[in-house]
Amino acid sequence: MTEFYGFERQDGSVGLRNHLLVIAPIDCSFEPAKRIAAQVEGAVAVTQYYGCGINEMVLNNLVGTGCNPNVAGVLLVGLGCETLTSELIAERIASTGKPLDIVICQRDGGTLKTIEDGVRKLRKIAQEASEAKREPFPLNKLILAVECGGSDATSGLAANPAVGVASDLLIEEGGTVIISEPQEMTGTEHILAQRAINENVSKKIYEMISRQEQRMKAMGVDSRFMSKGNIDGGLTTIEEKSLGAIRKGGTKPIQGVLENNRKAFDKPTCNGLWIQDGTGWDVASVTHMVAAGAQIVAFTTGRGSTVGHAIAPVLKITGNPETYARMEDNMDINAGTILDGSESLNSVGERIFNALVETASGKMTKAEALGYKDFAIFSTDRISERMLGFCD
Amino acid sequence: MSHKAIQIDEEDNIATVTSDTQDNEEVEVLSPEGKVIIKTKSLDSIPFGHKIALQNLKKGDKVVKYGEVIGVASKDIRIGEWIHINNLESSTVPASNLGKGEAA
Repeated sequence: MTEFYGFERQDGSVGLRNHLLVIAPIDCSFEPAKRIAAQVEGAVAVTQYYGCGINEMVLNNLVGTGCNPNVAGVLLVGLGCETLTSELIAERIASTGKPLDIVICQRDGGTLKTIEDGVRKLRKIAQEASEAKREPFPLNKLILAVECGGSDATSGLAANPAVGVASDLLIEEGGTVIISEPQEMTGTEHILAQRAINENVSKKIYEMISRQEQRMKAMGVDSRFMSKGNIDGGLTTIEEKSLGAIRKGGTKPIQGVLENNRKAFDKPTCNGLWIQDGTGWDVASVTHMVAAGAQIVAFTTGRGSTVGHAIAPVLKITGNPETYARMEDNMDINAGTILDGSESLNSVGERIFNALVETASGKMTKAEALGYKDFAIFSTDRISERMLGFCD
Repeated sequence: MSHKAIQIDEEDNIATVTSDTQDNEEVEVLSPEGKVIIKTKSLDSIPFGHKIALQNLKKGDKVVKYGEVIGVASKDIRIGEWIHINNLESSTVPASNLGKGEAA
């Protein structure tokens, strides 16, 4: 049995990192939040850009981020007049038992006093968090998010299948994998539905892909078309194109669809492979999978995406040897060795699996070492969702 | 040195070439484990990233990549032949849609 070393949290989940999260519930209080985070070791500030009303999708993803076990403690920095209050978010994170505190600009005397108060409160949380010790845990405590961005012809050929091998290995040892980007699953619903563990999950897969297509159609786009670039690159059918993306999740049965929308927000309820009804925007897609509980990310890229994440290690895997050589400062793993036959697909998959376990246990990814702290919440548009009948 | 083609799933009846091949050049097909499963002649010039048939297929036969059916053969296909829009059709999308999309 493979083990990794992590920090056990009060709710039984296991963190791979010991981040302090400073949440500005709205962008109006992001400046003081950033300044507080800048003054406390290990802190990172995040916000969202969908206004100060209560949008359940935004709220759930902020709360999910705060609940993620990679976060050791949370400070909320509010403005004061927002409906999406710090108290509301704090209440929902409190069940994890992690240290929490709040400062509010309008209540606490403006920017300078709020920063002073916030730094002092977060300093206290930082010292408390620093007492956590890494201990060994089995892989059933690990949730991996798989993502692709800046894809090219090597993605579906080398990087995604190799990550798929790693996903399968993780699930065979009791772990969990989340794959998202349902836009890229068009044309494969019949294939994915066959891999669902039951009829209900199979139905949810059809519904999820249908909703994506209806959104695209409302914009005047038929998502089943293949572009000339796809065809020139060697892709013939929509099934082939979509399967190339999906393969990074491996080949195991699909346990369920994780809703992440204005009506519902789900987290995996058992180990195995899950599909999130998420977005195709890379940073937001990663953020939503992390909000659903993923502690680590395997990110495949052909052309060379550089993104990381505020609270989760993001391991970059490229199947393009030229991209690896050109961007070695960003790429953690070269899966391009598959192309010249110098390494087998399975062997690269094992290498990725081992790198994930090392990263889980504390080794920094290149994005982490470079200080990348990407974070973005995506929300569907209420007007179009209502017109399509997807929300109230 | 012979060209390489990668079989992604052991159930696949096609592989993807990793360099541009010319007519009648040798292609070595590697399994996911890295074993040479067949050596065949490329019957066409096949560009990097495109598909080569690993067995003879009849019109209507399923074409399998990633261990799943990516479409059906629209013509008889011989081992070593280039598989693309002229001899493979999607099971879900009509061929008239090909090449018209804007999205990547």
